[in-house]
Amino acid sequence: MSNASNAYSRRDLLKNGLLMASAAMTVPMFVQASALAMQNQAGDLSSVPGVPDERILVVLQLSGGNDGLNTVIPFGSPEYYKARPAIAIPEKDVLVLDKRTGIGLHPALAALKGMYDEGMVGIYQGAGYPNPNRSHFKSMDIWHTADTSATGEGWLGKYLDSECCGFGKGESGTPEGAKAAKPVTDALGGNPASIAIGRTAPLALHGRVSQPTSFESADLFRWVAEDADPALAKAYEQLNQRGAQAKGAGAGETNASFLLRTAMDAQVSSDLIRKAVAVTPLATYPQGGVAGEIARQLQMVAAMIRAGLKTRVYYVSLGSFDTHAGQGGAQGRHAQLLKAFGDSVKAFYDDLTKQGNNTRVLTMVFSEFGRRVGQNASGGTDHGTAAPMFVVGPQARQGLVGDHPSMKDLDDGDLRYTLDFRSVYAGVLDQWMKADSKQVLEGRYRAAEVVR
Amino acid sequence: MPQPTTQLSQADTTLRALPPKSFGTPEARHLLWRAGFGGTEKQAQLLVSWGIENSVDTLLDVGSDAKSAPFEPAPPEAFDRNIIRPPTEEEARLAAQARRARDEDTLAMLREKRQEAEREDRRQMGEIQKWWLKRMIETTRPLEEKMTLFWHGHFATSFRVIEDSYHMFRQNELFRSHAVGNFGELLTAIVRDPAMLAYLDNDENRKGSPNENLAREIMELFGLGLGSYTEDDIKEGARALTGYTYQDDEFVFRQRNHDPNEKVILGEAGNWNGEDFARIILSKPACARFIARKLYHTFVADLPSDEQGGLRDVEPWRRKLVNELGDMLKLRNYALRPVLRRLFLSEHFYSPDVMRAQIKSPVQLVVGAARSLGVPVRDLSILNDALDLMGQRLFLPPSVKGWPGGRAWINTSTLYVRQNTLVYMLTGVRARGAPNDRARDVANGGFDALGLLTAGLPEDQRTNPDAVARQALLITLGFVPDAGVDVLKQLLTHVGKVDNTASLACLLAATSMPEYQLC
Repeated sequence: MSNASNAYSRRDLLKNGLLMASAAMTVPMFVQASALAMQNQAGDLSSVPGVPDERILVVLQLSGGNDGLNTVIPFGSPEYYKARPAIAIPEKDVLVLDKRTGIGLHPALAALKGMYDEGMVGIYQGAGYPNPNRSHFKSMDIWHTADTSATGEGWLGKYLDSECCGFGKGESGTPEGAKAAKPVTDALGGNPASIAIGRTAPLALHGRVSQPTSFESADLFRWVAEDADPALAKAYEQLNQRGAQAKGAGAGETNASFLLRTAMDAQVSSDLIRKAVAVTPLATYPQGGVAGEIARQLQMVAAMIRAGLKTRVYYVSLGSFDTHAGQGGAQGRHAQLLKAFGDSVKAFYDDLTKQGNNTRVLTMVFSEFGRRVGQNASGGTDHGTAAPMFVVGPQARQGLVGDHPSMKDLDDGDLRYTLDFRSVYAGVLDQWMKADSKQVLEGRYRAAEVVR
Repeated sequence: MPQPTTQLSQADTTLRALPPKSFGTPEARHLLWRAGFGGTEKQAQLLVSWGIENSVDTLLDVGSDAKSAPFEPAPPEAFDRNIIRPPTEEEARLAAQARRARDEDTLAMLREKRQEAEREDRRQMGEIQKWWLKRMIETTRPLEEKMTLFWHGHFATSFRVIEDSYHMFRQNELFRSHAVGNFGELLTAIVRDPAMLAYLDNDENRKGSPNENLAREIMELFGLGLGSYTEDDIKEGARALTGYTYQDDEFVFRQRNHDPNEKVILGEAGNWNGEDFARIILSKPACARFIARKLYHTFVADLPSDEQGGLRDVEPWRRKLVNELGDMLKLRNYALRPVLRRLFLSEHFYSPDVMRAQIKSPVQLVVGAARSLGVPVRDLSILNDALDLMGQRLFLPPSVKGWPGGRAWINTSTLYVRQNTLVYMLTGVRARGAPNDRARDVANGGFDALGLLTAGLPEDQRTNPDAVARQALLITLGFVPDAGVDVLKQLLTHVGKVDNTASLACLLAATSMPEYQLC
């Protein structure tokens, strides 16, 4: 092609890494070295002022409404057994966390219990919000926006916006000087600021400026016609690598230039991510079945962390928690889901530990709501309210936090929440991401202690 | 009927008309993309032969059947209006009884019934999405659908919140009936629209316990923009809207819930109701300028985001131009056709900075590819799904602010989805297929790519790689960048002859170019 001599090809970038790329060119940059090497090598290129480079947040969403009462079990309450004659977990099977208050874990969470005993798991009991909404969509939006009106940008999107643009006093967190605003992606040298594994990116990651990268599998995060003929693949690469010639971001950039840069970014991210996830993991992840899907997602996240991506937030999810019928007890459908969650998280941290990245990664687990206290006529449970959240990682504060919602004082058959979920968000933002939760969440929530 | 341009033009206007002789194929192509969803080269040439005024008037003439082939509105019975209904008295009584008696079986039965209705309604929503997408692809009145989409984004209402597909359909028909009609009439109609009343909680807006949601958004997002009203205006406006609700599929005004006392809205005192509220807003020049700004942003060029909905960060000459459009809208009592006509005839609309500089919305990309390249529509469900992945689910805008548009459409993920959607449309190969199947299937898409590329070429040029490469770029991008010519020629040389496979390869490569995302 005509400008080939002064265009950096994608292959050059892959070969030489970020050191050849000058910041002014705004070509995507990345590092292949380990995290430690990255820190030393990249030096001042790596940091955004005020952004802790090292720390990574993984959000694991249990979609469908996880039955919190059969996850963190109040085995000390006779009311629990009375309300759930067919699906309650017998006391003998419960993995005891606190004998005195009678709280324990579902037996399928043995792997998580092991991590708990090692001091890596914080359990936040009774998380919820006022006037709980029982619609999956609405309640999920409430959790994603951290706003009970379920409107506005995603809470992590707002966090990532605040890292790049600051906040004004606007009603919905208006980044001031939006003209000058550059997505965090730019500051992170072409690495996506957030990555979601899934069909579409969750609302939580959508900011006003920050947009997540999302893909279901790395194999779809590319141009599929390149399979047809190597010549087509080559043509694609030539046509889409002209971003190096683009003038660069900033006020006055044309849409054409913006598109050239994004196309270049996409190619580099695609190569980077596909190369990252192709490596053999350092731990054994569950295969197939219910667990296979979430394990696959976490394995990809671990691989991307291992490859040195500077992505700050990863998002994964496990579905099918909407157990209206036949959810089972110590065994059965819900037990399988919990086992998938626990075993995969265990494998994930085993992998990270072998990489030496375990202390950099905090994982937060939530579901859009818990389920009703009483079982229904179909051997399942219907949409309810409060449920436990988990914060996992070597840096997590260990233990049972807060009180289990009362099993006696119910609200029309539902648990009354004892902890606003935004307190946990606030703790994650303040203590882990070193952000200002009051600005990001647009309100004051007493930050729960999530970091040791 | 619109006035001839000459009477509207003034010597010093920034909206002076394009000299008719300057209206060539690139200008016609531009008009087809912006006032619609793109067209074929043949259509562009036809418009050139008609001349600019005749072309613009034809596009604007969506109301009469005289010039355009009839494309009937969907009959109200096209979709089932009875899927979602509030519980009947009998059901409500049964439910209350079961709750008291803790009769889990009956409660489970009622719940299951409700959930079944919701599932069925989500299915119908999918059907309506596909119906509209098909309509946009096939319509002979593209501006009508484009404006319907514009109003959907402006008066953004989401199925996700209201969970009633039939009300979404009815609202869509409302937008279509006012497509290039009168904004004042549409604003007045929207305060009686069941979908909007449900979406912004006006069914809960009652005398003594007002809900300000609808009043606020009418002022902030639908009619004026931040800064042109006060919080008191919202409170008073909400009182004017009390009692405006709906029953089943129809608007109802509940007198006993309406606050009949005096309200002061934007400085005007009276016993105002919802229609008065709309009328008072429409009487303000800020309203017309607010709408003109949005029309300009949609049809002409991106304007920097401005929380005030104003023009603070816009060059003075452009601000003057947009405000001139707004003042014209006001002068014409909010009739849209003369304003759009003026815009589509203006020199500014065809200036180099404006042409080929807009990022296609996902709908524009998909519908445009179908209309301009003539690729088979294949499976509407897959295209509908692709729109979702690209961030534009019809009937499910992300918030009451609609779709932000512009560069917000594009990130590394959506760019791949966009490119892969074109692969699907051109070849029928889905991104999800096993890699081995793709190579085999790419050549088997049942699309006459060779015909598309060579139809416009002289006989002796149809096997000339240079001419074919240029034609492929012109048809897809609307211009012929050097970098593209070299790469496409290489491809044709690689295949060895200009056949359907080689033509398809050219179109795949050309539509993968970043420039293809622009129109």
